[in-house]
Amino acid sequence: MTPGWIIALIAAAGAGFGLALIAAPRSAWPLLGVFGALFACLSVRGWKPARFAIALALLLVVIPAAGVQNNFLFELVTQMGIFAAMALGLNIVVGMAGLLDLGYAAFFAVGAYTWAIFGSAQAAQFMSGDFPLAGWPYFYIFSALAVIAAALLGTLIGLPALRLRGDYLAIVTLGLGQVVRVLANNLDQPVNITNGPQGITPIERPPIGWLESLMGALGIDGGPALGYALFFYLLVLAVIGVVVLVNVRLDRSRFGRAWVAIREDEIAARAMGISPTRTKLQAFATGAAFSGVMGAIFSAKQLFVSPESFTLLQSITILAMVILGGMGSIRGAIIGAMAVTLLNIEVLKSFSDFLARLRQTGFVLDLGVVSFNFANLSDQVEPAKYERMIFGIILILMMIFRPSGLIPEARHRLEEGEQTEQMKATPAGKRRAP
Amino acid sequence: MSNALITLLPSVVLEGLLLGCVYAMIALGYTMVYGVLGLINFAHAEVFMVGAVAGVEVYRYLGPLVDNPYVLALAAVIIAAGVSGALAMAIERLAYRPIRRHGSSNRLVPLITAIGVSFFLQDLVRLIEGLWHGEFYMNYPASDPMEYLHELPFGMTIQNKSILVMVVAVSMMVGLDRLVRRTRLGRAIRAVAQDLPTASLMGIDPDRVISRTFLIGGALGGVAGVLFGLLYSQINPFVGFVPGVKAFTAAVLGGIGNIHGAMLGGLVLGTLETLGGTYLFFLTDGAIGNEYKDVFAFVILVLLLLFRPQGLLGRAQGEKV
Repeated sequence: MTPGWIIALIAAAGAGFGLALIAAPRSAWPLLGVFGALFACLSVRGWKPARFAIALALLLVVIPAAGVQNNFLFELVTQMGIFAAMALGLNIVVGMAGLLDLGYAAFFAVGAYTWAIFGSAQAAQFMSGDFPLAGWPYFYIFSALAVIAAALLGTLIGLPALRLRGDYLAIVTLGLGQVVRVLANNLDQPVNITNGPQGITPIERPPIGWLESLMGALGIDGGPALGYALFFYLLVLAVIGVVVLVNVRLDRSRFGRAWVAIREDEIAARAMGISPTRTKLQAFATGAAFSGVMGAIFSAKQLFVSPESFTLLQSITILAMVILGGMGSIRGAIIGAMAVTLLNIEVLKSFSDFLARLRQTGFVLDLGVVSFNFANLSDQVEPAKYERMIFGIILILMMIFRPSGLIPEARHRLEEGEQTEQMKATPAGKRRAP
Repeated sequence: MSNALITLLPSVVLEGLLLGCVYAMIALGYTMVYGVLGLINFAHAEVFMVGAVAGVEVYRYLGPLVDNPYVLALAAVIIAAGVSGALAMAIERLAYRPIRRHGSSNRLVPLITAIGVSFFLQDLVRLIEGLWHGEFYMNYPASDPMEYLHELPFGMTIQNKSILVMVVAVSMMVGLDRLVRRTRLGRAIRAVAQDLPTASLMGIDPDRVISRTFLIGGALGGVAGVLFGLLYSQINPFVGFVPGVKAFTAAVLGGIGNIHGAMLGGLVLGTLETLGGTYLFFLTDGAIGNEYKDVFAFVILVLLLLFRPQGLLGRAQGEKV
């Protein structure tokens, strides 16, 4: 149990940074402070209603109030939310059920293309009808369809793959992730379904007249760009709420316990009457479904989809989020998604800009013994373009030093004491890695 | 039209076998590591890529000094083998061994580490090449004697460089076979693959054997990188991924953990892929062309895992409790 004064401190920090952010919506430090307070709310234990209230105040008051002055804030947090939902989905597959899925972006792609094809003129290429499907219910209907399509694909891929040993599954999902991308790239002939490498654009967005009139009533005037930024922010927040709720309920249900049982010892689980293939399929389809709905939202938000958004890098990015946060941990997945997105969009880019400025001004770093003129720094040194290296380092270091992640799953924490005792009793030679 | 397809067959098969030699060499690295550790070493694709890049560097720096293209190619092969072998050993020492030591109960830990190493190496090579030469897309230079085309019966043709690739690949594979079957180290590798704890009781230092296994597998991968570069010329830091996955497929096809299986699997997969890429185009009137040849390998992998997961030469194993 966290002492009360720490919670009070978090509340004070949240309020302080929050006010600072509303006053200066473009500066980086208050933003980082607000995210720090959010992280703290998620990572400490106990005082649940208080932490919940702080997080809600930050998300529903501070960020919208600052966001209407600076659209980018909505963009950043929406991106975080999309990744957080996907990390939560992958967390079910990798964290809870212990199945390494390296083709997770494929489900995201299916969701994105589901809306992209019918929410643009693309569908007219292969069927008759009046496209794009504009008007309010269509987007929501197709978001639901995206969930179903992704879950179906998950089941289809899972059926052959899940009967195999865990490490084969990794390579099969890796391959099928590529297959989906190759299909998206090449299904522009003989029948043009995906429009190939050019991608599909423009994609319809749901009408938001109600939100604009609400904003007008509040005296906020930012035009449709701001309206949609706010809309997608709220939409993603609502979906995240549902996803978290589903995750928590699943975690404590028959399903969740079966997944963990399969992960810990498949043979023992089978002896207890759990069907491994069916249980794994359920995990696979559930994880895919979360990714599918976010794909539909992503395509509407971006107005554009192309096969290049669904690469292996995308799958590994989401995996890095789950690993960083802690496999099997719901709070961990959210924190991991926020941290990696912040690193990717904010920190690396700022660092790149900083280096570029040093390079332009020809700043000379003089350490007495050696001196270095930044004008000579190669333009290949651009941290924002080296995500692979960053994710690689995150994965390696986490696995070596903290395999259970920043916020370990509660079950693991409870087992920890027992496990170290067991380790001591096992002879060194028996400790084989896989 | 069917006539044209039949006359084409021998040369398509020959080309498939060439590609298969490269796959087989990479597959050996996967299968040997899987044999001793039970780990799918995702980073092996990058060991292969580093071999290809090391070969380009040899061409870049020794090319102006050495006239004979065969000597140059052999120098590239030897240096790439050294660089890749050392890299594979370093990966094992720095990433996999610490994880083996702390012995986490989670089976995914080594696999995820391997993916991390793979991604890290791609960008590391990109950064180094970028700083060194200002760009990271590379080419193996063509030389006339290497491109010389021999006419063979049945309308087949073969280039000098293809002969070189076959000679190098076959001699390396025969050498590996001798090494594993006839030497002390080979016996130790087989013992560790069979039962690590028991092998360590018999006076074998498992860490040493594992390290040597990575060295040998890495060296083979590096050589495969140079051969790949000689055949297809264009190289970049991301070139390892696709051949890597296919070579893994080849290893599974032959029966993972089985050295002869990896060789056979590589040759079979290379041939099937080239045949599929060429003939599906004709059979479907161009609807399914060469762009689907990567998909082809994965389909083979999935079908294989469904119907014969132990591979062509592997034995079915029950799961131990």
